Amino acid sequence: MIPELGHFALWLAVGVTLVLGVLPLVGAQRGRTDLMLLARPATSVLMGLVLLAFGCLIASFVRNDFSVLNVASNSNSALPLMYRIAASWGSHEGSLILWLLMQAGWAWAVANFSRNLPLPMLARTLAVMGLLTLSFLLFVLLSSNPFDRILPVPLDGQDLNPQLQDPGMIFHPPMLYMGYVGFSVAFAFAVAALIGGNLDAQWARWMRPWTTVAWAFLTFGIALGSWWAYYELGWGGWWFWDAVENASFMPWLVGTALIHSLAVSEKRGSFKSWTVLLAISAYSLSLLGTFLVRSGVITSVHSFASDPARGLFILVMLGITVGAALTLYAWRASSVGLGARFEMLSRETMLLTNNVLLVVATAAVMLGTLYPLILDSLGLGKISVGAPYFDAVFVPIMAVLVFFMGIGPLSRWKRDEMPALSRRLRWAAGVTVVSALLSAWVGGKLTIMSILGLLMAFWITASVAADLWERIKPIKGMAGMQAPWWQRLRQLPRAGVGMMLAHLGVALFCFGVTMVGTYDVEKDVAMGPGDSTTVSGYTFTYLGAKPANGPNYEALRGHLTVVRDGKPIAEMFPEKRIYRVQRNPMTEAAIYTRVRGDLYVQLGEVIEGETWLVRIWVKPFVSWIWFGCLVMGLGGILAITDRRYRAKAGATATEGAGAMSGVSAAR
Amino acid sequence: MKSRNKKLALLGGVLCASGIAVALALNAFQSNMVFFYTPTQVAAKEAPSNRTFRVGGLVQEGTVRRQGLDVHFVVTDTAQTVPVTYTGMLPDLFQEGKGVVAQGQLNGGVFVAREVLAKHDENYMPPEAADAIERARKGQSRLEASQAAPDAAVTSAAAGKQP
Repeated sequence: MIPELGHFALWLAVGVTLVLGVLPLVGAQRGRTDLMLLARPATSVLMGLVLLAFGCLIASFVRNDFSVLNVASNSNSALPLMYRIAASWGSHEGSLILWLLMQAGWAWAVANFSRNLPLPMLARTLAVMGLLTLSFLLFVLLSSNPFDRILPVPLDGQDLNPQLQDPGMIFHPPMLYMGYVGFSVAFAFAVAALIGGNLDAQWARWMRPWTTVAWAFLTFGIALGSWWAYYELGWGGWWFWDAVENASFMPWLVGTALIHSLAVSEKRGSFKSWTVLLAISAYSLSLLGTFLVRSGVITSVHSFASDPARGLFILVMLGITVGAALTLYAWRASSVGLGARFEMLSRETMLLTNNVLLVVATAAVMLGTLYPLILDSLGLGKISVGAPYFDAVFVPIMAVLVFFMGIGPLSRWKRDEMPALSRRLRWAAGVTVVSALLSAWVGGKLTIMSILGLLMAFWITASVAADLWERIKPIKGMAGMQAPWWQRLRQLPRAGVGMMLAHLGVALFCFGVTMVGTYDVEKDVAMGPGDSTTVSGYTFTYLGAKPANGPNYEALRGHLTVVRDGKPIAEMFPEKRIYRVQRNPMTEAAIYTRVRGDLYVQLGEVIEGETWLVRIWVKPFVSWIWFGCLVMGLGGILAITDRRYRAKAGATATEGAGAMSGVSAAR
Repeated sequence: MKSRNKKLALLGGVLCASGIAVALALNAFQSNMVFFYTPTQVAAKEAPSNRTFRVGGLVQEGTVRRQGLDVHFVVTDTAQTVPVTYTGMLPDLFQEGKGVVAQGQLNGGVFVAREVLAKHDENYMPPEAADAIERARKGQSRLEASQAAPDAAVTSAAAGKQP
C-alpha cells in the first residue's frame, strides 16, 4: 500500500503543479488577485504531497519492502538502518525524488519567507517554480518511477553499492541538491521579473539572499563530495576534473559570478540584464549537470543503469526550459535599461572583471567536459581530456581572479583614484610578497607554482585585513567623537563580514591546494609484519592484519604504527573489505588528520604470504581545502543574516540607499 | 566623449583578456587530449609511439603476474592483445576477465601504464573497453572466421557486461 500511496501522491502533485504553474501566472497578467492568491496555498499542498511521496519511499526502504524494484536493487536486509534511509536517494529514481523534494521545499520557503514581496512578483515566481517542478514530476512518473513493483518478489535485495555505504551518502547528495535546485529560485525570480518587467534594485535585493544561500549549499555539497572521494575512493586526490565533478562545478562558477553581479545590481542598479542572464545560466547548468550525470553519457560513481530514453527526456526538458527562458530574455531584456554610470577604476569594474573571468573559466571547463562527449556521439573517436588541461587553464585564470579579489572590496563604488587605492593596499602587497617567499623558503621547495599559490593565499588574507582596517580605523580629526574600534567592529554590517569570511575561505583553500600540491609524498611499498618504511620523516611500521567483520561485509584490518623523531604519532588501521552481497573488494583507507596535514594509508593486495602492497601518503595541509570551502559557505550564510534582508515594513535600507534612485523602502 | 573612450578601452581590455584566455585554453586543450586506441589498432601500429594514449578492453584471464610492486597483464579486445606493465597499487575492481582502461605510452611493444582505470561498479564496463570489444567483434565477423574464433567465455563475459 505504501508505495502506491507515494505513487498516487506524485500524480496528485502533477495536478497541483498544473494549477500552480498556470493560474497565478494568468492572474498576474490580468491583475486578478484571487488567482494570484492561489500560489501560496498551492505551494504548501505541493510540498505536503512531495513530502508524503518521499516519506513513502523511505518507509519502503526502512521496512525492507523488496517487492519494490528500487528497494530490491539498492538495499538489503543486512544494511544498517541509516544506510537504508540514505539508499532512498542512492539510485537514479530515488535521487529524483530527492530533487523534487528540494524543488518543492525551495518553493515553499519562497512562499513563506518572502512576505514583503509584491503579490504579482510572488505569484509569477512561484508559478515558474511550479512549472519546473512539473517537468521533474513528469520525468519521474513517465521514465523513472521509484515505486515500481517487481514480481516475483525477491527474498532479499541486491544491496547498496558498497562505495555508497558511508556517512558521505547521507549528507553529500542532499547538500548538493539543495544548491543545484536552489538556483531555480534565482531562475524563477529572473523569469518572473522578465515577465513583469520590473527589474529594479529592489528585485536584486529580493533575489540576493536566496541565491547566496543556494550558492552556500552548493559549496558545502561540492566540498563534501570532494572530501568523500578523497577518503573513500582511495585515489588520494581531492579533485579529479572528472566530468561529474565538472557538472557540479560549472553551476558553482556561474553562481559565484551571479552573487557578485547581484551585488552591483542591488547597490548600483547596473548589470541587471547580465544578472538575469547569469541567473538563467546557473540553473541551466544545474540541469545540464543532471543530464550529464543521469543520462549515462558519462559513466562514473554517480551514473546508474543508463537509459537513453531518460537522457533524451532530460535533454528535451533542458531544451524547453533554457529555450523558453532565453527567448523571454531576448524579447524583454532590451526593456531592462542601463544602470548608473561608473568610471574605469571602480568597484563595478572589479566585479565586472570577476564576472568575465568566472564565465571564461566556466567556458573552459565546459569545453573540456563536453568536447569529448560531442566527439564520441558524432562517432569521431574517443578522447579524454585530463587534469593537465584543466590545471593549465584554471591556474592562470584563478591567479588573475585572486589578484582582483584583493583589490575589489577596497575600491569604491562608481569611481576611485589609483593613488588612494594603492595607498590602501600597499601594506597588504608588502606583507603578501614577504610572507609568501618566507614560507616557500621554510617549506624548502621553491617552485613557480608553490610561490604563486602562496602569493594568492597571502594576498587574499592581507587584503581582507586591509579591508577590515579601513572599516574600523579611527578617522583623523574625529578622535573622541567616534566609537572605539571594537564597537565599530561589532557594528560592521553582516553582509560585509560575510564577504570577508568567504574571501578568507578562498585563501585557506588556496593555501591547502598549494601545500598539498607542492609537498605531498606518495610511496607504494611491499610490507610484511615487522617491516618499516620512512616517508617525509614519518616511520610507518606494519604489524600485521587481523579479520574484522562488519554487519554486511568481511574484512581484514591491517595495523600500522607511526613514529616521528622517536615519538609515537598514531596507530592506523586500514581495511580491505569484501561486501557479502556484491562481492566487491573495497579498500577502506586509514587517515590520520591533523591541522598540519594528513597521513593516509591503504592496503593494496597481498603480494605473497603476509606481505601486502601498502600505499602511504603524507599530505600536508590537505584538510584546509575543505575547511576553506566550509568557511566560504559560512561567509555566505552570515551575509544573508544582514539586517537589510530582514527589513520589516517601513525600515529603510542601511547602506547604499542613496545610490538607488526611485527605490522605496522594503515593502 | 571622454567616458566613451574609457568604456571602449574597458571593452577592449576585456576582449583582449578573454582572447588571451581562450588562446591559452585551446593550446592547453590541444596538447592534453588523450586519444583512445583498441588493442587491434595498437597491433596494427596505428597508435603513436611517443605520445600518451589510452588502451582498453578486458584483462585476459590468467595473465596477471605480480613481481613485487610491478604488475604485468594483457589487455585484449578478443581479437588482438597488448601487454601492459604497471607499477603500484591497482584499483579495487581490477580483475581478470573484467574491463579495464590503461593510460600510458608504448615502449618496445609493451604498454607502460601510468594510470589504470577499472571503475566503480561490478556491472560497469568502461565505455572505451566495451567499444573496443564491439569493434573487434564487428571486424571479425567481416573477416568471416578467417581468424581464430574468439574465446567464447571472454565474449560472453563482454556481452553480459555491456551497458
